[in-house]
Amino acid sequence: MKPNHIFFSRETKERIIKRFFLFCAFISVGVLALILFSLFHGGMPLFETVNIKSFLLGMEWYPTFEPPEFGIFPLIIGSLIVTTISTCIAVPLSILLAVFTAEVAPDYLKNTVKVIIELLAGLPSVVLGFFGMVVIAPILQDSFNLPSGLNIINASLILSIMVVPTIASLSDDALRAVPKEYKEASYALGATRFETIAFVIIPGALSGIFTAIILGMARAIGETMVVLMVAGGAGAIPESIFDSVRPMPASIAAEMGEAPRNGLHYHALFAIGMVLFFITLAFNIVADYVSRRFKEGGSSSL
Amino acid sequence: MNEQPIISVRNVNFYYDSFHALKDISLDFAPNSVTALIGPSGCGKSTLLRLLNRMNDLIDKIRLEGEIIFEGKNIYDPGVDPVEVRKRIGMVFQKPNPFPKTIYKNISYAPKLSGVNNSDELDAVVEQSLRQAVLWDEVKDILNRSAMTLSGGQQQRLCIARALAMKPDIILMDEPTSALDPISTAKIEELIDELKKDYTIIIVTHNMQQAARVSDKTGFFYLGSLIEYDVTKKIFTMPQVKQTEDYITGRFG
Repeated sequence: MKPNHIFFSRETKERIIKRFFLFCAFISVGVLALILFSLFHGGMPLFETVNIKSFLLGMEWYPTFEPPEFGIFPLIIGSLIVTTISTCIAVPLSILLAVFTAEVAPDYLKNTVKVIIELLAGLPSVVLGFFGMVVIAPILQDSFNLPSGLNIINASLILSIMVVPTIASLSDDALRAVPKEYKEASYALGATRFETIAFVIIPGALSGIFTAIILGMARAIGETMVVLMVAGGAGAIPESIFDSVRPMPASIAAEMGEAPRNGLHYHALFAIGMVLFFITLAFNIVADYVSRRFKEGGSSSL
Repeated sequence: MNEQPIISVRNVNFYYDSFHALKDISLDFAPNSVTALIGPSGCGKSTLLRLLNRMNDLIDKIRLEGEIIFEGKNIYDPGVDPVEVRKRIGMVFQKPNPFPKTIYKNISYAPKLSGVNNSDELDAVVEQSLRQAVLWDEVKDILNRSAMTLSGGQQQRLCIARALAMKPDIILMDEPTSALDPISTAKIEELIDELKKDYTIIIVTHNMQQAARVSDKTGFFYLGSLIEYDVTKKIFTMPQVKQTEDYITGRFG
């Protein structure tokens, strides 16, 4: 038989294909590197005038005053508090939902619920923000007698709606990945379905569930539109969950348009971006570490 | 062997969807004995084994006709709770499947489910079960280590110990040594011999020497039917049916 490649030998073809994929991989890495470069390039000049400690721990965020104050501690607290509360709301809901779709529901219901979860994941955040402004805010205002319904609890509720699909679908995958053998062993030992779920399946999926939670938190802390619309926007340390806050992404989005290019305020907003970047990076590293460690030792390494 | 059977299968037909997996099976299992079920892959022997403790309930689209009588009662009667059946009839699987928990927690799983919470009592059950499974000496100092760190043979004995811990009457074994090396296999076989003093054992095996070595009675299955069921010696020396002879002499299967 004659070789059917006319222009290139097989080796050359293989090499071209390999190079091509390498090139594609480099493009995405390269883009990421460029973004990071511009982030740091925009943010670092701030620290020529403002020191890092007074930036991170300063209590006053008055970027347009004379002289300006660039303390982002209230913004960090705002971000952390809405993330924490929304996680606390979303985690139990998502895990129950995942157990339902992975283990309990009959097939037809399972598929319906999964479609709904996916729809929820696809909702534009501005729509959810709208919902928070026109539905949840008045309810909060009336039932708790508040001056404004745009506050921590409103933002947390909306964020939790956004995070549930992430945590639920990743947890669902983790629960399904628990080997069938464990389930059989449990049933054969006289365990009921719910004992099996509680003592074998959930513990077996714990690393995946934990990773799902962390990724959900990373999503919540970076979410911009919702917190911009419904968190209220006050750059102060809140005293109750009905106070208004100004999470970091909201600050960036709200002020970027007004900050003179290459001014201090402009650099300060980039620096906030850096802080956000480091927080989500930390979340991802933790998620990666956890899923790796559990993979090696099983849940008994807990 | 003229005692009352501990469990008997009566005119059982079993279907997976439209596939007729077991055809009019009837056989009795004697207490304190080892019964081996042999036959080529897909002949229905594992299906029958899983019917005995209602493990097949976990599969959709199944249908059963006939009765399986355990302690005078059909375990498929509507009023019978499969969970209770499984507590009395333990099972060991083909691939060792310890939970990814500590050795101790693996064994104490079933007793805890039955409401034993006293730690002295649990300690005692764990020790007793591991001793019965001849694993105690190997693991007594590492009870809090993950069961996944044990060798395959040790894991399988752990699974046997785990089943023993719920104090069953019958232990079903589904090719318990097919994933093990010869030395571990020999240990499990010795163990089976020891356990039959206190338990009734029903074992599915692909390994005919194993059936010949460990069992008192043997049933040969082919294409969903029970072809021959008799004392093991007789099956292996003078089978009555040509198919049985062909199978045990290795002419097919």
